Amino acid sequence: MTDAATAVMDDKRGTDIVGLDDKRKPWVSVLLHVLLIGASIVMLYPLLWMLSASFRPSQEIFNSTSLIPSEISLEAYPRGWFGLRVDFGTFFWNSLVISVLSVIGNVMACSLAAFAFARLQFRGRNFWFAIMLGTLMLPYHVTLIPQYVLFLNLGWVNTILPLVVPKFLAADAFFIFLMVQFFRGIPKELDEAAMMDGCSPWRIYWKIMLPLSMPVLATAAIFTFLWTWDDFFGPLIYLNDMRTYTVQLGLRSFIDSQGGQSDWAGLFAMSILSLVPVFFFFLFFQRLLIEGIATTGMKR
Amino acid sequence: MSTTATTTSLSAGASRQDGLFRRFIRRDGAGYLFLLPWFIGFFGLTAGPALVSLYLSFTSFDLLTDPRWVGAANYVRIATADPKFAASMRVTFFFVLFSVPLKLAFALLVAVALNRGIRGLPWYRAVFYLPSLLGTSVAIAVLWRQLFAGDGLVNTLLANFGIQGPSWISNPSTSLYTLVILSVWQFGSPMIIFLAGLRQIPQDMYEAASLDGASKWRQFRKITLPLLTPVIFFNVVVQTIEAFKAFTPAFIISGGSGGPINSTLFYTLYLYQEAFGFFRMGYASALAWILLVIIALFTAFSFLSARYWVHYDD
Repeated sequence: MTDAATAVMDDKRGTDIVGLDDKRKPWVSVLLHVLLIGASIVMLYPLLWMLSASFRPSQEIFNSTSLIPSEISLEAYPRGWFGLRVDFGTFFWNSLVISVLSVIGNVMACSLAAFAFARLQFRGRNFWFAIMLGTLMLPYHVTLIPQYVLFLNLGWVNTILPLVVPKFLAADAFFIFLMVQFFRGIPKELDEAAMMDGCSPWRIYWKIMLPLSMPVLATAAIFTFLWTWDDFFGPLIYLNDMRTYTVQLGLRSFIDSQGGQSDWAGLFAMSILSLVPVFFFFLFFQRLLIEGIATTGMKR
Repeated sequence: MSTTATTTSLSAGASRQDGLFRRFIRRDGAGYLFLLPWFIGFFGLTAGPALVSLYLSFTSFDLLTDPRWVGAANYVRIATADPKFAASMRVTFFFVLFSVPLKLAFALLVAVALNRGIRGLPWYRAVFYLPSLLGTSVAIAVLWRQLFAGDGLVNTLLANFGIQGPSWISNPSTSLYTLVILSVWQFGSPMIIFLAGLRQIPQDMYEAASLDGASKWRQFRKITLPLLTPVIFFNVVVQTIEAFKAFTPAFIISGGSGGPINSTLFYTLYLYQEAFGFFRMGYASALAWILLVIIALFTAFSFLSARYWVHYDD
């Protein structure tokens, strides 16, 4: 589906071929826009409402459905930030460390494996490739408990290691697959010529493949970051000490600590902050995200 | 198997006499060396643990004492004497059967609307994609918890029309619907995949059909849908598997309990409770293998049925 990627980003294409908006009966086009704008508002309203609620004085949140607070108050942010016995700065730092290390691990380990599968000749390659694809179908629940026992015995519980080390061992086979697809599209003549000149496989990987593969490496890096940042299940299992919590665990404790009488404004303020990195990637790397989904059918 | 052994001894320096061995290293060594991290991960974190988990599913194991072999007792109990298992299956299948078709219907509808050469396509696409990207983060589940609370935003909106809404989340007959709505709200990524698929359909087919006087609806049914079946198939498989594995929203909205009255007890949530709430690791392993079997059966069934409804062009 590589063509699909170029097609989906080629925004003018539909306009050229299907017939322009204005060539059709104008009311059809107007109606369509009205419907789509209506749908956009419904989609965005909860998010915008949460954003505005985080700037309201606490008592105003429930009675107001409007998106503009009567007065802008920033007090929820420090209140939320220091709302637990460990402050959110620690949680953000922990999340950042785990996410960045996961990106490095995933990009390195997966590109090494992908290079072997896509470019090197060795016996058993197809067999191992099929095995690798097979692991994509395996729900992680099946390996969850023995992995937990393993990491528990290694003394890794309450450290970031169970969340990060698997990334350095290419446990996210999905990204190997993604990179293999991309590597196969790079002209083979390049590495054959380099091979003739006596280039080692390592140099071919490092000097030729990686520099030419920046788009796929960036896609893998961004999705790894976002998925790790958003991950709740892994930290929930492996991090029990509040000082090791990620942002997602911090939010969850925030709900529990309020015992039903939630400080919604503080909770929303921290929720908004937790979405900032995701939103950043959405704004600046949207093209890579959308191409990534269109070409590989990623789930999110 | 000997191949991994040779790779590890690679750095130890191969014996010069062993011509076959050196040939192996020259021919195959680089490949296995590049695969080394993946091999360690595959055997240490995937294949090994999967086998251990299969073994554990036939034991009683609480992490503190050694696993005790109980034969098929876990599976027997799951099948015959576990009301929570039955409840979690009902909840999960209900969720899958409602959320996946609704989500994909929205995704397809919006994709078709956006594919009409509409102005502002990048803007609309971005807006519809955003919820899907924010997706499973706890912040969104937190938001949902507030939206559908008794004094939440939805009821405040309804009150404007004089409707007194229930507490959607603490009412067992509505709580699961709030999770279905959350899932449908995130139709963005299948929409993008549909959009990519729609762009692949040759436009001259529509032009020819128009000349023959086929209505838009007929064109949709006779051209768009059949040519889109591979993409529909893909989305159905991926989204269904994802729906079976859903965890975070149910955990946050029910506070980890799967309540009220097990009405949001997703299968994975039940598995989590058994494993990390009650430390019944053997039982939870059996649950994990049942999940694997369900997903495998579903996938196999999809691929078999694909022969009858998925249209492959070439």
